[in-house]
Amino acid sequence: MSNLTSTDTAAVPPSGSARSAGSRHAAHTVHEKREIKLFSGFAHIALAVWGIMVIAPLIWVIFASFKSNTEIFTGAPFALPSKLSFETYKTAWTEAHVGRYFLNSVFVVAISTAGTMLFGSMAAYVLARYKFFGNRFIYYLFVSGLAFPVFLALVPLFLILQNLGLLNTYTGLILVYIAYSLPFTVFFMTAFFKTLPNQIAEAAIVDGASHTRLFFQVMLPMARSGLVSITIFNIVGQWNQYLLPVAIMQGAGAEQKWVLTQGIANISVSAGYQANWAALFAALTLSILPMIIVYAFFQRQIQSGLTAGATK
Amino acid sequence: MKHGRYPFIIGFLIVPVAIYGTFVVAAYIQAFQLSFTNWRGFSPKVNYIGFDNFVKLFHDSTFWKAIQHNLFLLIFLPVITIILALFFAFLLNVGGGSKGGRTQGVWGSKFYRVIFFFPQLLALALVAVIFSRVYSSDESGLINGVLHQLGAGPVLFLADKHLALWSILAVLVWQAVGFYVVLFSAGMGSIPAEIYEAAALDGATRGTLFFKVTLPLLWNTLQVAWVYLGIAAFDAFALVNIMSVDRGGPDGATTVIGLEIVRNAFDYAQFGYASAMGVVLFFLTITFAALTLRVTRREAIEL
Repeated sequence: MSNLTSTDTAAVPPSGSARSAGSRHAAHTVHEKREIKLFSGFAHIALAVWGIMVIAPLIWVIFASFKSNTEIFTGAPFALPSKLSFETYKTAWTEAHVGRYFLNSVFVVAISTAGTMLFGSMAAYVLARYKFFGNRFIYYLFVSGLAFPVFLALVPLFLILQNLGLLNTYTGLILVYIAYSLPFTVFFMTAFFKTLPNQIAEAAIVDGASHTRLFFQVMLPMARSGLVSITIFNIVGQWNQYLLPVAIMQGAGAEQKWVLTQGIANISVSAGYQANWAALFAALTLSILPMIIVYAFFQRQIQSGLTAGATK
Repeated sequence: MKHGRYPFIIGFLIVPVAIYGTFVVAAYIQAFQLSFTNWRGFSPKVNYIGFDNFVKLFHDSTFWKAIQHNLFLLIFLPVITIILALFFAFLLNVGGGSKGGRTQGVWGSKFYRVIFFFPQLLALALVAVIFSRVYSSDESGLINGVLHQLGAGPVLFLADKHLALWSILAVLVWQAVGFYVVLFSAGMGSIPAEIYEAAALDGATRGTLFFKVTLPLLWNTLQVAWVYLGIAAFDAFALVNIMSVDRGGPDGATTVIGLEIVRNAFDYAQFGYASAMGVVLFFLTITFAALTLRVTRREAIEL
């Protein structure tokens, strides 16, 4: 974790004083300076090209969302739209139901992430700080979940939900999101709770705090930085989930309950027939913009949250 | 401290273990069980047919194609992504001049990093929809629109079976690179300055620094990146399902194992057969992870 928090300072890496060694020899300095300038210029070009490749499709989507179908087909991708009309957004929000899909996603992810964090940290806390028979077994049971591809579980998962009457319900989807987020959450939080100091916990016990109170009022607040990382990790992961909703939210009336990824994918498939491309672009813009806004405010936390998995 | 210890432990574990056991553990166990049946979800009685599903899989040309496509992604996704990400991370970290005797990142490196990372935040499903429009075969597509302006003919990215899988690979790379740039940058940032100084005093060039200092010290991070990208290469379901012509087409040129599992399970109700595919996928993933960790194992260089 420690090198994560330093992501920002990494911009000025301690990569040695090759140049300072050179600067002592005046003869080398001019040559070196030129070499650096050349290298730096080249670096800028390479980086800018990739930057444009990343941004261009997104800008293009936003532009196209304001265009009419004819304008989209004129073959001038970055021409400005002739007029600024939000008509397409109205269509996307109401007729293509992007609004509903969006709210469905918010609802499902809000509950499932909260559930994941609560149950995940409860399990992780007990597994990290209490010795009891079966502790290791339960821990490895959770962690081994990381090794299995979700595709393997798809059919049985469908059948289990069907038997429980949870197929095509939010309850089912939320429980499945929680279940499949637990392995990583437990794995990460167990490691985190192990690093917390004992003295404070002992002091709280001496003061007569119960185990439950100790957890909620002492240990959880101390684990805040870890909780933030994993919460972001889970929000992003569950918000972007596509396979599980496709498997679970099917059947009569499922369209009403689709989450955003499913809904947008479906608009894309059916847009070909209705030929309302502008509405599709508006729908895409509506799903990208919130991400851009959230990212603009929390990019540091989001970067460290998402890379947390890779550095453990 | 002893008081109420076990009720507390049980109370805290019961809900998470119950949820996990029901939807994850039970599901994985049943998957192995189902892979030996020909169950289609209707009959109350389940027939065990031994290894018949696996024999059938062995002769299933579509499934072989799917495996080939996943292996194609498995080779090219990690290689291309890691090379690009290493390159960019190196430029960002040591591409600039020196100030106060320290080499530093190019001007605006923080800005680049923020931009590069963003696609990682977008759902793969959403990225798939965006790029199915970017690749559109007429002038309404981003690339063909630009080509049209330049007077070039349209390229059928997704409809040409020689190009389709490469086009999908490009999207995966587009999304992944930024994440690994950030990851490698963090790794490069934690390499102590003294090592570079010592190497520089010995007259090492920028290239030597990269290959003899940066790369070996990043080895663990690279290993993690390789495993992550490999696992991602076994998926690609969202992209293929949404972007490709006829879901996995043209003519099966882009289908992947995940798509075949979903298709067999939910379109054809071949529950047993789909589960057998899942089992194969599981063993492929495990083999890949084990092989990677074995082949790439080196003396860890502790700092």
